[in-house]
Amino acid sequence: MTDPIINDLTIQAATVNGSGSQTANLVLTRAIFKMGIPVAPKNVFPSNIEGLPTWYQLRVTPEGHMARSDRVDILVAFNAATWREDLRTVRPGGVVIHEESYSTADARTDVIYYGVPFSKLAKAKIPSETLRKQLANMIYVGVVAGVLGIPWEALEHGVRRQFLSKPKAVQVNLDAIKVGLDHWQDNFSKQDAYRLEPMTGAVEGKVLVEGNQAAALGALMGGVTVAAWYPITPSSSLCEYLIAYADRFRIDPKTGEKRIAVVQAEDELAAVGMAIGAAWAGARAMTSTSGPGISLMAEFAGLAYYAEVPVVIFDIQRIGPSTGLPTRTSQADLAFAYTLSHGDTKHLVLLPGTVEECYEFGRDAFDYADRFQTPVFVLSDLDLGMNLWMTPAFQYPEKPFDRGKVLSKEDLERLAGEWGRYQDVDGDGVTYRTLPGTDHPAAGYFTRGSGHDEHARYTENAEAYARNMDRLNRKFETARKAMPAPVVDESAKSAVGLVAFGSTHVAVVEARQRLAESGRTVDYMRIRALPLSPEVAEFVRRHERVYIIEQNRDGQMFDLIRLALPSDLIDRVHSIRHYDGQPIPADAIIEPLMETEAVPV
Amino acid sequence: MSATLNRVGLPRDAYKGAATTLCAGCGHNSITNHMIKALYELGVEPHMLAKMSGIGCSSKTPAYFVESAHGFNGVHGRMPALTTGAQMANRRLIMLGVSGDGDTASIGLGQFMHMIRRNIDCTYIIEDNGTYGLTKGQFSATADLGSVQKKGAVNTFQPIDPCAVALTLGCSFVARSFSGDGKQVVPLIKAAIAHRGTAVLDIISPCVTFNDHDGSTKSYSWVKDHEESIADVSFIPFFEEVHVDYEPGTVRDVQLHDGSHILLKKLGEDHDPKDRRAALRVIEEGRAAGHLVTGLLYVDPDSVDFATTEQIPATALKDLSEDDLRLTPEQFGQFMSEFA
Repeated sequence: MTDPIINDLTIQAATVNGSGSQTANLVLTRAIFKMGIPVAPKNVFPSNIEGLPTWYQLRVTPEGHMARSDRVDILVAFNAATWREDLRTVRPGGVVIHEESYSTADARTDVIYYGVPFSKLAKAKIPSETLRKQLANMIYVGVVAGVLGIPWEALEHGVRRQFLSKPKAVQVNLDAIKVGLDHWQDNFSKQDAYRLEPMTGAVEGKVLVEGNQAAALGALMGGVTVAAWYPITPSSSLCEYLIAYADRFRIDPKTGEKRIAVVQAEDELAAVGMAIGAAWAGARAMTSTSGPGISLMAEFAGLAYYAEVPVVIFDIQRIGPSTGLPTRTSQADLAFAYTLSHGDTKHLVLLPGTVEECYEFGRDAFDYADRFQTPVFVLSDLDLGMNLWMTPAFQYPEKPFDRGKVLSKEDLERLAGEWGRYQDVDGDGVTYRTLPGTDHPAAGYFTRGSGHDEHARYTENAEAYARNMDRLNRKFETARKAMPAPVVDESAKSAVGLVAFGSTHVAVVEARQRLAESGRTVDYMRIRALPLSPEVAEFVRRHERVYIIEQNRDGQMFDLIRLALPSDLIDRVHSIRHYDGQPIPADAIIEPLMETEAVPV
Repeated sequence: MSATLNRVGLPRDAYKGAATTLCAGCGHNSITNHMIKALYELGVEPHMLAKMSGIGCSSKTPAYFVESAHGFNGVHGRMPALTTGAQMANRRLIMLGVSGDGDTASIGLGQFMHMIRRNIDCTYIIEDNGTYGLTKGQFSATADLGSVQKKGAVNTFQPIDPCAVALTLGCSFVARSFSGDGKQVVPLIKAAIAHRGTAVLDIISPCVTFNDHDGSTKSYSWVKDHEESIADVSFIPFFEEVHVDYEPGTVRDVQLHDGSHILLKKLGEDHDPKDRRAALRVIEEGRAAGHLVTGLLYVDPDSVDFATTEQIPATALKDLSEDDLRLTPEQFGQFMSEFA
C-alpha cells in the first residue's frame, strides 16, 4: 500500500448530458466544500440537450488551486460510449469507478477498478420509475463518498444546499446516495491511496459562485435599469440570473412596479440597440452575449462610440470562429471587441480575472460607461462564467453611482442654455450630455452617427471631423488612466515575468507556485483592462524575458502589447497560447516556458 | 402681431427645425410640415418628445422639426430597437419614429415586426417612396410589381406592404396616407400620437428626383389619380370638446384611452376601423382594383402597450437612486451567505 494521498485529487465524472448528472456532481462538490476542503469544479458539456457525453471535473487541493488539471485521479465512468477513451485519461495508480457491465478485459492494469452494478442497483432500490434515471447518478455520489470517506453530514449538507428550492427532493436523493454508500461498504475493501479529510482554515468565509451569477449581482448593484438580451451560450445564464435577482430585489413593495426593465430581444442587433436607446434616455443599460452576438453588435457599437452613448456589453467568450465550439472556453474575442465596428473605433474593455472581479467590474462597468459616455465591454468567458468558483464573499459597494457629466435643468439655467454636446469644456475629452425629458428649451440636441460638430449639428467639414476624432482620442487617453490598473507581483525579483488576463489567472498562480517549488521564481502582471496601462511597458522594461499567456491561437494580447511597446523592448516578449477550448492548465504554461528558458536567448 | 400660442404656451415656430436639405418638392418635406402642425396643435411639450430615425432621406427629417426636442438618428433599419430602449428607460417620453421604405421594409423589417409584436408605445411613420433616394434610385421592397424605374428597369418582385404586415402582426393602429393630403395626414399623426401602443402610419411620399415618372406607382400623379380614402378623418384631442354636427349613422367615433376622439366620416362603403380582418380585405380589394386605399385602416383603442404589460415604473429610470436600485447591506450580506 502506497502512502495515502489526502485532499489532493481530481475526480472526473464521465456521464451523459441531460441525465441529471450535473446535480449529482454539484452535490459532491458542495459536500467536499462542506468538509473545509477547497474545490474547483469544471463542467465540460456538449452543445446538446440530451444524450451526448459530458464530463465534470472536480479538482480538490489543499492549496486551493482553481485551474483545470489534466491529471485524473478518480474516474467515474458512467457513459458506455466514452468508456475506453475515458479510461486512458486516468493516471497510473488512479481509481476507476465504473458500471460493472463495462468490460475491463484487455483494459489497463495500472489502475484500480471498482465495478458497481449501477443499473441493477437503481432498478432494485429506486422505486420511482420517473426519477430512476436521475437518481442513478446519486448512487455514484454514494460510492465516491465511500471510496474517499466523505462523512454523511457533509453529504446531507450537499443535498440540502443543492435542493434549497425543492426541499421535498432531499430525502429521495439522500436515499439514493445511501444505496451507493451501502453497496460500497458491503462489497469493497479499499485498494487505493486517496482520502478526503476535513480541513480548517482554507474555505472559511468563502462561497461558491459562478462568474455569471457574480456579474449579474454586480450589474444589479451597479444600478442596471434596462437589460436587453438574446439567448446564447455561455452568456444566457447571466441575464437569467439577473432576472431572478431582480424579481427578488427590484419589485417595489408598495406599487408592484419593477425597478428594472428586461427584454428578450429578437436578435443581438436589437438587444444592443435597445440598450443603447435606453442608455441614451438615461437608464443604466446592458446587454450580454457571446462571440456570434458580438459580431452582430458591431455596427451599433460604432454608433455608441461615435455618438457617445454609454452602454455595458458583457461578452462571455466561447471558442471559435463562426459557431465554433459553443460550450468551450476562450479569450479570442479580445482584439475584435477592443476595436469592434468599422472606421476608427475603439472601446474600453474590462478583463475580470476572478469571479470577485466579475462582480466588481460588472458593477463598475456602468460607472465607466457613464463617466466616459462610451460602450464598456466586460470580457468574461465560459470557464469563468459558467463554472462554480470558490471566492471570498463579495464586498458591499462603498461608492455611490458615478453618472458622469450630465447637465440637469438647473445646470442649463445656470449656463443660460449655452452648451455644446461635444464641446470639450474640461480638456479631458469628456463632454457634457443632457437626457431626454430635461425640462429646458436648450436641453435637446440631435444624436447622430453621422459627422457632427461641437453642437451636434450635421457637418461634413474636414476640420470639424478631425477635431472630433482627436477629442475622442483625448477621452480615450483619460479613460486609460482611470481603468483598473494591472495587478503586479514582483516579489520574486526575477528576470522573468509573466503577463496574463482573465481566467488564465488561476493557471498562472499555480504555475508560479510550482515553478517556485522547483527553484525558479517568476514575477507576474495581470492586466485588467484595455486600453493598456502604461505600466505594462514598465513591467517589460524591468524584466529580461516576459511571457504573455492567453487562451487564443493568435496571441491577441501579445500583439496588443507589442504594438504598445517602444521598439527596444519588443524582443523581450514571448507568447504562450492555449486554444483547445478547455480551460488552460498550469502545465500549458510551465512546459513552453521551461522549453524557452532552457535555451536562453 | 403676437403669434398664437398652443395649450403649452408655445408658438408654431417652436415646432420648427433646421432647414431641410432634401430635394425641393420632396414629399418628405410636406410630411415634416404636417408633423409640425400636428405637434403644435396637440401641444406636445418639446422636451418630452423623442424624435427617432434610422438611415435614409426620411430618417434625416427629424432634424427639420421641433429643434429643441431630443433626436436620435441611429443606424439603418434599427430605429425600433433604439425606440424600444428609450421607451423602456422613460415611458413618459413621446416616441416619434420616422423611417422610410428601405429602412422599414428591407433592412429593418425584422425590427419593425418585433416592435409591433411588443406594442411599444410610439408613432412609426414610414415616408414611403418605393425607392432608395440617397443611393440614387434603386427599387425598394415597397415598389409595386411591374412599376418602372427612372432608367426603365421593371420591378419583378412582389411588394411588401407595411400596413398589411402590421395588420397581420396584430398592430394596434394602422393607417395609410399620402404626403400631399394634409387634411388626412395631420389628424392621423395626432391620433397615432394619442394612441397607446405602436401606431404605424405608412405615408406615400413621392421622390421627385428618382420616382416621379410615368410607370411609377409612387409618383404624385399616380397617387392623386388612384387614392381612395375610406373615410374622412378628424381628430379631437382630449382637451377639446366634441361638437356633434353630423347626420346620425354617417360618422364613427373612436374614443382613445386619453379621452381624445377619432371621428371617421363615411365616404363609400362603411369600414369598421376596429375590424382587423376587414382592414386586410380593404387593402386587398383596393390593390386588386388598382387603388391606393388611404385612411385609418385599424385601431384597437383598448390596446395595452409594452411598458404597461411589463410594469415599467411611471418614473423615468434615470431618476432611480442607489436606494431604489441596490440591495441594502443586510440584504446583500444575507444573499452572499446563500452562496456558502
